[in-house]
Amino acid sequence: MMAKTLFEKIWDAHEVVRADGGSSLIAIDRVFLHERTGAAALNRMAEMGRTVLDPARVFAVMDHIVDTRIGRGDDTLMPGGSEFITDTRKACNDAGIRLFDVNDRDQGIVHIISGEQGVVLPGLTLVAPDSHTCTQGAFGALAWGIGSSEAEHAMVTSTLRLERPKTMQVRFEGALPFGVTAKDMILTLIAQYGAGGGAGHVVEFAGEAVKALEMEARMTLCNMATEFSAMTGIIAADAKTYAYLAGRPFAPPDFDDPYWQTLRSDHGAKFDREIVIDASTIAPMVSWGTSPEHTIPVNDTVPQGPDRAHEYMDLAAGAELAGTPLDAAFIGSCTNSRISDLRRAAQILEGRRIAPSISKALVVPGSLAVKRQAEAEGLDKIFEAAGFEWRMSGCSLCFYAGGEGFPEGSRTISSTNRNFEGRQGPGIRTHIASPETVAASAIAGAIADPREFAHEKEPAE
Amino acid sequence: MNAFPQPFSALAAPLIRDNVDTDTIIPSREMRTTGRDGLADGMFAPWRYSDADARVENPDFVLNKAEHRSAKLLLAGANFGCGSSREHAVWALAEFGIRAIIAESFAPIFRANCVRNFILPITLPRSVVEGLSHETVTIDLDDQQIEHSGVFCPFEIDSEAKQMLAHGLDAIDLTLTQVSAIQDWLSADKPSRPWVYLEHSQ
Repeated sequence: MMAKTLFEKIWDAHEVVRADGGSSLIAIDRVFLHERTGAAALNRMAEMGRTVLDPARVFAVMDHIVDTRIGRGDDTLMPGGSEFITDTRKACNDAGIRLFDVNDRDQGIVHIISGEQGVVLPGLTLVAPDSHTCTQGAFGALAWGIGSSEAEHAMVTSTLRLERPKTMQVRFEGALPFGVTAKDMILTLIAQYGAGGGAGHVVEFAGEAVKALEMEARMTLCNMATEFSAMTGIIAADAKTYAYLAGRPFAPPDFDDPYWQTLRSDHGAKFDREIVIDASTIAPMVSWGTSPEHTIPVNDTVPQGPDRAHEYMDLAAGAELAGTPLDAAFIGSCTNSRISDLRRAAQILEGRRIAPSISKALVVPGSLAVKRQAEAEGLDKIFEAAGFEWRMSGCSLCFYAGGEGFPEGSRTISSTNRNFEGRQGPGIRTHIASPETVAASAIAGAIADPREFAHEKEPAE
Repeated sequence: MNAFPQPFSALAAPLIRDNVDTDTIIPSREMRTTGRDGLADGMFAPWRYSDADARVENPDFVLNKAEHRSAKLLLAGANFGCGSSREHAVWALAEFGIRAIIAESFAPIFRANCVRNFILPITLPRSVVEGLSHETVTIDLDDQQIEHSGVFCPFEIDSEAKQMLAHGLDAIDLTLTQVSAIQDWLSADKPSRPWVYLEHSQ
């Protein structure tokens, strides 16, 4: 048999019909909706008199505009936001879809609770009307973001009509240095190969440094495949994957079937494109501009980029990025709000205070399960003592929906995935970085190298 | 019903910047209802208005120029429509009246959303796109070529996308004609991957 990539194995196994001209009808195993774009798909489906083919394989959650203040209900600070919540709830009830509602104990950001609940599994196809669905490729699933029309298509037919993408392997060889994380790996890839670098491809992340990552870090790595313009990212399923998923509510009782050991690229499988990055050369990364490709090692100077980006960010070429004064800090989002992210940030913040110049600092756990775990470990107290607000789970200020915002004109450091103009609010200047870089920078009141804020160095491996 | 109009000829409005994201095409704060309508007014709000809340126009923005106020054809740079998967970006463009976008490249989710909403996404080299600025361009979908001042330039499009656009086909209706193939596939798949098929939990 010809050696196949993991993507090819999943794609071929899901091909219902191969049409002329390169398109295929691909079976979709799971659909996950959220209130921001899911209600539009469900409403349209009802308007057209269509129904969900298999509601037991469709899930929904309130995460995008749900309030994150303690004691929340259906009301939102975003004008009109509660309509998204009530519409989604009604549509899910009508369609018989399992909804993780506002205060469901398992509520959280879609891509975080999908793993926590075992909704995503290796070898599955999973789609959601959310670009960061690629996060779930960390489980060895083919998981990608789609529009609302495609979500409707997937619900009504359990399939999508797709052109076959190309394949790319990105290998991170060697070991990550101290203080460097999966966030810095993906930002390095995007900085080196561009925000359009993965266009048309499914990107498999591989290599020693990827195998060494725990599941939560693998999710961070795959999360920003969409910022690379890839259809999605994917990582081979291994013992860590199955250990993570074992016992999750929607996961199978065991992973004993030999099938589960096949969900990796065969030795000698050919990719359309290969990229190799030496992990040992990666440094903590911080964005300087208005695209994720405008990212540099924290101690580098700002390079020459598009004039608009320099103007919007008020940072000239040649300026030192480290030391740039900040007004706000945000730890959260589907990129970096899992328990390991919060632990690493808390480790830096323990016994310290954020700078007086930081007027707003938020920690928003990725799920209520993460929140409970963090509270059990006392992390919430560390964050609060340091000057961060501790919130309920949701997407929060990863984007500005018109409700809660950062103070006007703020320069923020954020563990999120997008530094677009206005993403976190009109005129807000966003620098994206790892949670530890956010924590260190909040203490310094300026962009800072997290390695200088480590309480103690971990022993070298 | 929504087939791409043939013949199609329009003045090309240039917005040739790289990595224009869907947050800029339709900011989250402009997505005020769970429907698909009423979005054109907020389209490109951060660039189109000098004061978005008061809807004070920025006279320098291309779609505020007299000749482009009812633009049907947009020119774009690389990775156009990157970022959020929000189909609202395409719904806003469609409601505004955009029927075709010629770009150096598109972000994949945005491009798929265009086809589902009968906006024709055409990819051409940067130099060609730039040469079309403020020019009248004719698009022949059937022959897969554009024409401007007597110069023809071919473009690639997936044959299924072409059929959907040319005939205004609804993808779901099309797939529903293949229900028996889907049912056969599901019947064959269930025994081999039982974990995929969940019991209803509500």
